[in-house]
Parts: sequence; structure tokens; C-alpha cells
Amino acid sequence: MSKHSKFQTALCSRPPRRSTITWAFLPLLHQAEVNASARRSTTSSSRHQSGSPPVGAHVHFEKTVKMTIKLIRDHGQHYRPRMACLKKVEALVIEMQDPKSGVKSFEQKRNATSIPHVIAGQDITAWITSHMTVDAQEAQALGTMLVAYGFIYPLQDPKTLILRPDGSLYRCQTPYFWPAQKWKAQDTDYAIYLAKRNIRKKGILDQYEQERYRKLHKWLNHKWDFIVNQAKEQTRAGKARMKSDRVVFSYQERAYWIVHRPPPQTHSAMDYGVDRLIDPNAEEEKNSYYYRRIIIFRQQAIMRSKVKSTVSLGALVKHTMTYQSHDPFLTPCLPSNPWQTDDDTYWALNMPDVDLPTKMTVERWSYGFYELLRDPRGRADFRLFLKKEFSGENLAFWEAAEELKWGAASAISEKAETIFKTFLAPGAPCWINIDGRTMGLTVKGLQHPHRHVLDAAQNHIFMLMKKDTFYRYLKSPVYKDIQKKAISPAPHNFTDAQLEQNARNRKPGLYPSVTWQRQQKEKVRTTTLIDIKKLMANKLDRQ
Amino acid sequence: MKRKCSCKRHIFCLGLFCFIYILFFKMLCGPGERYLPRKMAAQEVQPSETIAKLKLESETLKTKLEEERAKLHDVELHQVAEKVEPLGQFVMKTRRTLKGHGNKVLCMDWCKDKRRIVSSSQDGKVIVWDAFTTNKEHAVTMPCTWVMACAYAPSGCAVACGGLDNKCSVYPLSLDKNENLAAKKKSVAMHTNYLSACSFTNSDMQILTSSGDGTCALWDVESGQLLQSFHGHAADVLCLDLAPSETGNTFVSGGCDKKANVWDMRTGQCIQSFETHESDINSVRYYPSGDAFASGSDDATCRLYDLRADREVAIYSKESIIFGASSVDFSLSGRLLFGGYNDYTINVWDVLKGTRVAILFGHENRVSTLRVSPDGTAFCSGSWDHTLRVWA
Repeated sequence: MSKHSKFQTALCSRPPRRSTITWAFLPLLHQAEVNASARRSTTSSSRHQSGSPPVGAHVHFEKTVKMTIKLIRDHGQHYRPRMACLKKVEALVIEMQDPKSGVKSFEQKRNATSIPHVIAGQDITAWITSHMTVDAQEAQALGTMLVAYGFIYPLQDPKTLILRPDGSLYRCQTPYFWPAQKWKAQDTDYAIYLAKRNIRKKGILDQYEQERYRKLHKWLNHKWDFIVNQAKEQTRAGKARMKSDRVVFSYQERAYWIVHRPPPQTHSAMDYGVDRLIDPNAEEEKNSYYYRRIIIFRQQAIMRSKVKSTVSLGALVKHTMTYQSHDPFLTPCLPSNPWQTDDDTYWALNMPDVDLPTKMTVERWSYGFYELLRDPRGRADFRLFLKKEFSGENLAFWEAAEELKWGAASAISEKAETIFKTFLAPGAPCWINIDGRTMGLTVKGLQHPHRHVLDAAQNHIFMLMKKDTFYRYLKSPVYKDIQKKAISPAPHNFTDAQLEQNARNRKPGLYPSVTWQRQQKEKVRTTTLIDIKKLMANKLDRQ
Repeated sequence: MKRKCSCKRHIFCLGLFCFIYILFFKMLCGPGERYLPRKMAAQEVQPSETIAKLKLESETLKTKLEEERAKLHDVELHQVAEKVEPLGQFVMKTRRTLKGHGNKVLCMDWCKDKRRIVSSSQDGKVIVWDAFTTNKEHAVTMPCTWVMACAYAPSGCAVACGGLDNKCSVYPLSLDKNENLAAKKKSVAMHTNYLSACSFTNSDMQILTSSGDGTCALWDVESGQLLQSFHGHAADVLCLDLAPSETGNTFVSGGCDKKANVWDMRTGQCIQSFETHESDINSVRYYPSGDAFASGSDDATCRLYDLRADREVAIYSKESIIFGASSVDFSLSGRLLFGGYNDYTINVWDVLKGTRVAILFGHENRVSTLRVSPDGTAFCSGSWDHTLRVWA
């Protein structure tokens, strides 16, 4: 009771609003609620969003208390996420109210009362534009956010929470009603507010407010007397004040509840999503384990080799500049960006199984060995080059090791055996040439194969290909040939009518599963090809 | 007379008991130690001394680490980027608006074919769209609400999603329109709290997930087996991203403890950690070369961290940007950083120079997710206003 009488003296300090009744019962009835929730139907999920119980529930003391607790939706998360924006907005709003440098306010006469400190929408926008050096559109967007969060409220159209950059009237909300991160707006307070308005004048509540009032009456029934008494007390205390104060307070309160209990078909900016499991504001307990962990981590960080900023940042800049001409946002892609012109030729030219790639793609292959391998068309070209050099086993081994690393756990031992027989066993058809130590380690590891057993060998082969074979490929006739043959599509120049027609003729394209199956078939074909050739070569050798 | 006998027996038993008691404690405490309370008092003094010593050691290590970093910190990013040409004006418009979700869109992912998208929403619906034609190709209704994570498989044949059900489920997509996708669902990951993000690794066979219970985990899709778990965050983990580099063995995760951790997938160890944000990290994304990553946070800043120099190298913030960044992604070259914010806007940053190049309006509620397409031709943003927009 005492905490609600403080409600009258609209102070800047905010008394805690948690309803002691619900919180006291929470630990006792938690298990019962969990049991009850198991029986709840999943179709009531939409009603769970607003926290209301199934319609037609028995109004029974125990059950109503349980239902109140059901409002606290239990997925184990109970902590509101941090709202770091609120502090910054508060600072901004305080600056706005500064009498010298803030938004200029005036008095407004309304229904024979004069309301102080009213500000106009265009003044707010102008102030934000000058104060934060932004343009008008951004200032209006920021202003709308201030209104949506309830720091500024409109006088003329209270339910539409946007900032109109014209002469519309606004007022800054009193700090008592500012959104707080620590607690949610309570249903009890909302019920008291609706009851107050209902008592003052019957029929003043909107349709949606009446529905909510009825629902609240049902499940806060156990403390309805308290609510009605509070409402009456507050109305009585309000009558003792000056009319202008009363009017202003009623506007403030109405604005607060429009933000925290928005009308239907609108959203509340206070909606933040899912609660957190672990209290984001809680500090981790600093015991010996914590410090030991930190010490180990920092020791490792000191031992780790770090690079000079000139080197690492220089590499970042170089990467960006190298790829700038390939970035569709920076350099228009040829022939045209499919999203802009509705013509998907660009994608057709860059399909993985295309005959002739574009010049841009071929250029990109030369930027790095992994770029070449990553592009299926590039990898196919590289495989062709290796076939001519009779060293296709390296790439085949690398691919097989990748498949082992990223494949299903159940297939590991089978794949490991195949790889051993094909690549590592002495006299294997595709024997790879790695140094003795790595070979020894790998063969030993293969006795108990795990996902990363081929990592050492794979890295060795990758480095070998990267440092030697790749550069030879770039100088080879295969690459020069493809460079010559690569197509350079001309940019599209569609007229408006053609663009419209393109928009009408958008094709669905190939399904990814179809493309995938094709790729798999192709892969099987190329691998069997290598094996057969090697086997034949071996047979001939032996003969 | 009987009493006399019982007294004697009592005294004898008492004496025997005392003897055994003393013997027992002598053996326990050892020579020189008589009273247990003294020993316990000695133990109480030790832990606080040890903690103070450990704290001092960690502080000295910290100063040493800072010194080493300062020695290598010889230039700033915008200084290196001075010789780079500034960007021109950008005209990015909404090219497609995908309407079909009945509730907040929480997450989306592109398919490798550069045109298909999977998106998930608060009401449990997961929809696969062909964003180019804006057709809906598949739709699944999850049994839970708040599907906060969804991912497209690299082959394009499956999608993974999860949320408040604490699980990550994989749905194979079939070409048959009438087939009920929910029938073939495979439950892969099991966490003890909500799933915040999931991603396939280089193949369809492994999934990396992060959860509100503070852990990340690597799972084998076929068997549902846990391959590796990653512990180290002190609060909910909200996002993760896999490294694009050729070694491909690391990933970065960001959490509510304001930390971004880089993990080694093979050993499960945290190899690097960055704690410069002032609030929860909502999104992390690797730079295209894999040597750096960006993070977006509730403190309304996006930051770029260099992995080789082991420090933060750029902060993307503006006085007028007050509301948190929910999602970030790089363009193909890494020159542009797109950020979706909680004030319904998308800001485009010049990564090298640190300035904002464009602000995009259009959404009517928070932008919850933002991804650039695999070939960099467009990016898609999903918002709490029930729509997804493709911008180019």
C-alpha cells in the first residue's frame, strides 16, 4: 500500500514496482506451474504472447494465483536484455529540455487550461538536425524513435507514435514515466489505471481497453478490491491538485500506457524479444578458478605470435583493393545485376558447370590458390592441368581428406580405409609424395581414425600445391588458353519497357538439389576415371 | 546393587569410547595436530591469500600483454587507408519485398545458388523462398515459437532451424510440393536453453550451434552426436560465424558477456578473446579474407577486430546512432559493412575509412537479421515488421 501512495508525488525517483504477491508465490508454485504448462495446449501460444490464460478458466484463488505466475513465461530465462540505448536517449532528452540550448517550448491553451512546455514537431526535427549534424530524414527517424519509446509524447494524436515534422504538438515525458530497463510495466498498475478512467467516466475506455479490463478483472480478481481502492484513492488525491497539473498528469499517464500496452495492430518499442538465461548485469564470481583461467589465457596470448599493425592492416587494405573490381556494390557486374534488371544472365554465366567462364572469374582464380579451389569451375580447370602433368593424386587426396573432415562421423573409418588403400599404402594406385615423418604419423593415426587424422598430410599437400603447382598452373598453356577463351559479356542496356518485361518473365531457375545431384555424379565420374587410369598404368608397368 | 553394576559398566564403556575417539583422531590429524578447529581456521586464511596472489599475477600479465600489443600498434586503419580512394554516392533500393510471415522475422540465410533464402519467424514458421521470383517454395511449422536460428545447407538440400525448443532440427527439402517436410525432420542438437544461432560447416554433415546456456557446440547431423563443445562465455551466446579461410578450423562467437571469442574447432579451446564492447554483442561476421571480423552490439557501435594483430582496429559509430546494431555483414570485397539496427534503419559503413556512406530506410520495425548474398550482388534484411527486403 505504501509504495502506491508514493505514486501520487510524481517524483523523479522511482519506487520499485514489483508486485510482492506474485513474487512471493513464485518459488512455491514453480513446479505446479511446470506441471500445468505441460497440460496447456500449444494452440494457446498466441495468447501466451500477451500472457492471458485460456478463456473460460475457472476463477478460483489457487488457479488465479497460478495463472498470474503463468504470465512469467518459463523457458528458464528470466532476465531482461540490456537496453544500453536508454541511457543515451535520456541524456539526449535532458539536453532537449535545456531552457537555453534545448528545443524552444511554449504554452498551449486547451479547453480552458494552459499546458506548459509544449514543443512543436518541426522544432524537434530542426533541433536534432542542428545538434547532431544529420539530415532531415534521419532526424525525423530519430525523433520517431524518441516518441516510440515514450520519451516524447504527442498531444493531438496520442495513439500514433510518430514524429510529424510540422506544427503538431508534443511534450517531453516526465522522468517518472521514462522506460526503465529494470522492470516491466505491471499488470496491476495497468488495471489501476483502467479502473481510474472507468470510475471517472463510464464508457470512456476504448474497445480494446474494455476487453483488456475484463481480462484483468478475471485474473487479478483476487486483488480486485485493492485495485479499486487504489484507483479511488488516486482519483481523490488527484482532485486535490490544480486542474492544469491534473490534465498534464493524465496526458503523461495515458502516453505511458500507450507505449507499454499498445493498441492492437501497433507494436510497442519496448518489445525486446526473448529474455536472457543468465543475468547480463551479473558479475562473474572472481574466485581462484576465474583468476587461474585468466592467467592461462593471458600467458597463451603473450606467447602467441602477433603481427605489426602495418603488416596486418596493410593486408586488409590490399585484400579490399584487389577484390574491389569484383564487388557488385562497388563495380557494376557484367552483364547486369540480376536484382536490378531482373535478368539472370549473370548467374547463368557463373554456373559451376559452365563451359567457358567469364574473364572476371578467371582473373579471380589467380588471386589465391584457395580461390581457385573454391570455385568448382576453377577446380575443374586445375584438375585438367594436373592430368596433363600426371600429378592428379595430390588434388584427389586433398579432396578426399576434405570429405573425411567434413563428412558424417559414421563414415570416417570406411573413408579412412579407402584413402589409405588409394593414397598412402606402399604401392597404392595414387600414391602421394609426402615426407617420411608425416607419412609415419598419418599411417599410425589411421589405425584409430578420427576426423582430423589426415590434417597434417592434407596441410603438407596443400602447401605443396600452393607453393609449387599453383604457380606453374598460372604460367601453363591450360590457364593461358582459358584466359583467352573466357568471355567478357557486354553490359545490358535495358529500356524501361524491357525492364518491365523482364520483371514479368522471372524464371525459377534450377533447383539446388538438382544441381547438387549433377555435381555428385560429375565427382564420381572424375574420381573413377583417375583410378581406372592409374590401375591401367600400373598394370602396363608390371607387364 | 544393579545400579552399582550398571555404573561400572557405563564408566568402562565411556572410557573405552574416549580411548577409541582419541586414537581415531590422532590417526586422522597426525602428530602435532590436536584440535580440528585450528586446522579449519588455518585453511580459511589460505584461500583469500591465494586469490590476492592470483589477481596480482593476472594483472601483471595483463600489463605485459598490453605492452606487447602497444609495441606492435604502430598505425591506425584509417591512416593506412588514406591512399585509398573514397567511395562515391550509393543508390541502394529495395528490389524485392518478401511478404508471407505472419509475425516477426528473426533470422534468414542465403542458399549457395545466390537466389534462394530461408527465413524463420516468431510464430514458428520457417519459409524457403526463391527471392528472385518472390515465390515461396517450402514452408515448415516448427512446434515451438521464436525460431531464432536458421541456416541453409551448402548443398541446398536441407535447412536447419531452432529456437525456444532448445534443439536444432534439420529438414531435408524435397522437390515434391505435397510432401510434409515435418515428417522427415531430424533432431540434431540438444542444448539446455534456447538456440540463438546455427550454421552448417563446409558440408551438410556438421552443424555448429550457439545457445542461451552459454555454450557453442559442433554436432554430427547423421547421428546427432556431439563432436565438440565450447565453454568459455559467462552469459548467453548470441551469434557465431565460421572462418572462410582455407584452414577453415576456427569460428568466432559473441555473447551477452560483451566478449567475442575465437575458437579452435578441433580442440575446443578459446584461442583469442576481445572485450571492448560496452553491451551485448548481437552479431559477429568474418571479414572475407578471414583475418579480421566485425561485431555489432547493443551499445550502437560496430567494431572491427584484427586477428593477426590481436586487437580492435576500428569503431563504427555516430552520435545520432543510439539504438543497438542487431546484425552486420560485409560486402564481397570487405569494403562495405552493412549494419541493421534496432531503430529500423540500415547503415552502410566504409570499413577502411570508418565513415558512414549511406543510411537506408524502409523497414517499419527493428531490423533483426541481415546477410549479403554469396556472390555479393545483393543483401537481404529481415525485420520485425513481418517482411524481408532484398536490396541491391
